[in-house]
Amino acid sequence: MIAGSKLERAINSGEFVVTGELGPPKGADIEEMKHHAEGMRNHVEAYNITDNQTAIVRTSSIACGATLVQMGLEPIIQIVVRDRNRICIQSDVLGAHALGVKNTLCLAGDHQKFGNEPQSKGVYDIDSMQLIKGLKDMRDEKKFMGGDEVEGDISYFLGAVENPFADPFEYRVDRLEKKIEAGASFIQTQCIFDLDRFERWMELVRERGLHKRCAILGGVTPMKSLGAARYMKNNVSGITIPDALVDRLKGAEKKKEEGLKIAIETIERLKEIEGVAGVHIMAIAWEEVVPEIVERAGLYPRPKF
Amino acid sequence: MIIAERKPLEEIAAMAAPYEKVCVVGCDTCVAVCMAGGRKEAEETAALLRIHREKNNIGGVVESFSIERQCEYEMIEEHMEKMKGYDLVISVACGVGVQTVVDYEPSLKVVPGLNTTSFGYPVEQGVWKENCLGCGNCVLHLTMGICPITRCAKSILNGPCGGSADGKCEISKDVECAWQLIHDRLASFGRVGDLAEIQPPKDWSVSHHGGPRTSVREDVRIDRGE
Repeated sequence: MIAGSKLERAINSGEFVVTGELGPPKGADIEEMKHHAEGMRNHVEAYNITDNQTAIVRTSSIACGATLVQMGLEPIIQIVVRDRNRICIQSDVLGAHALGVKNTLCLAGDHQKFGNEPQSKGVYDIDSMQLIKGLKDMRDEKKFMGGDEVEGDISYFLGAVENPFADPFEYRVDRLEKKIEAGASFIQTQCIFDLDRFERWMELVRERGLHKRCAILGGVTPMKSLGAARYMKNNVSGITIPDALVDRLKGAEKKKEEGLKIAIETIERLKEIEGVAGVHIMAIAWEEVVPEIVERAGLYPRPKF
Repeated sequence: MIIAERKPLEEIAAMAAPYEKVCVVGCDTCVAVCMAGGRKEAEETAALLRIHREKNNIGGVVESFSIERQCEYEMIEEHMEKMKGYDLVISVACGVGVQTVVDYEPSLKVVPGLNTTSFGYPVEQGVWKENCLGCGNCVLHLTMGICPITRCAKSILNGPCGGSADGKCEISKDVECAWQLIHDRLASFGRVGDLAEIQPPKDWSVSHHGGPRTSVREDVRIDRGE
């Protein structure tokens, strides 16, 4: 056991893990986010709290994460390297730990040009790989990136992301291995719509035994409408949605139900893939549907971790 | 070389409006090659300004000439008396040229006529591409001669990120993913395995982030006996 978080215990148990995701609001009123968190309380082990996702200014992931801790829930705070240099990142990670946050997820972050401050200066002092390695060394070697000593104990469960749908495809497994080497204990993938490609990627992952060295949680996003599907397909960096899936949604009478069905079918298939340790449900702007997905996918009630 | 683009004429005209005797001063080196601020472009800019001022009933004169290199005192010196005869010098050199003129003769009023964009090269007629940021610690030996600091929008040293698709960067389908290029070039030399090594955080202190840089070579300095 590294950090003793609920997520770590769940992964170690060998059960199929479920995590959810919450996006902080574009304002300081976090009641709605808390409401969504409450709604999934019995359906997910932990919640990703996004860090100014798609480069849009929102309440900080650590502040929201600390709120979840107060609610007796478990946050996974996301840290992107776009907005902070190594001084600020390390400081924030110490602060998050002090506030009881036990899981940290390392990402590069969408480029600032996508957000509502496109004229901002991207920081990118370090990259996501260096972030994972730096935070691992802070925890295990008690050293800051600059070599200075970290005072006292600090512990967190470290994760990273991987996108099997980005290019070059053949490098995506090398990159996963590199992230494991850097210190990632769990991996959440980009939203899976192209299951065939995901399965090819998992084959390569298994060939190298990488699924035994870290827990791979498959990313699932329910499509709420045809517009949402098209938007994600065309505008969201790193997401690919096969035309067949868009057509299926287009042909369906009840779009929301079809979107749910697709998500549930995806989870059913992920459960069957050797080496997939769980699922990460990103119901963006549709958080209230998570319990239904979890239940209909046969993942409820959740075991006690 | 240094790449630059001319500022919008309206912006230049507004800077020049309060002045009677104005001169557009070109630079015949980098910015002449990128067709932004050489002798020809200095003349063009002056001509456009004259028309603009005439339309807006602004009197005075607008003339032009160029200097071989505005970033060297020796070459500025030859033209200094001429420049002193104007109320305003619009330098269409890069930012280095503008400042070298100001450093040489602080009494001159000098404004920039260009926006300096980058270090790069002409890919084809009319297209210039940025490929160096002057970060102070070159990594091209690790990346097969393709600079990830400049050409990756996130300056990643352990790329490619999850936004790379079909060889393009997430920021635009017109921008190549530098890490796809690096990966492909490594693959063609049978060296993809090189990417397994985690490159440590970059030392930005030798880049501009360490403050303005001055390079000193004691071995070539001239002892003036002062």
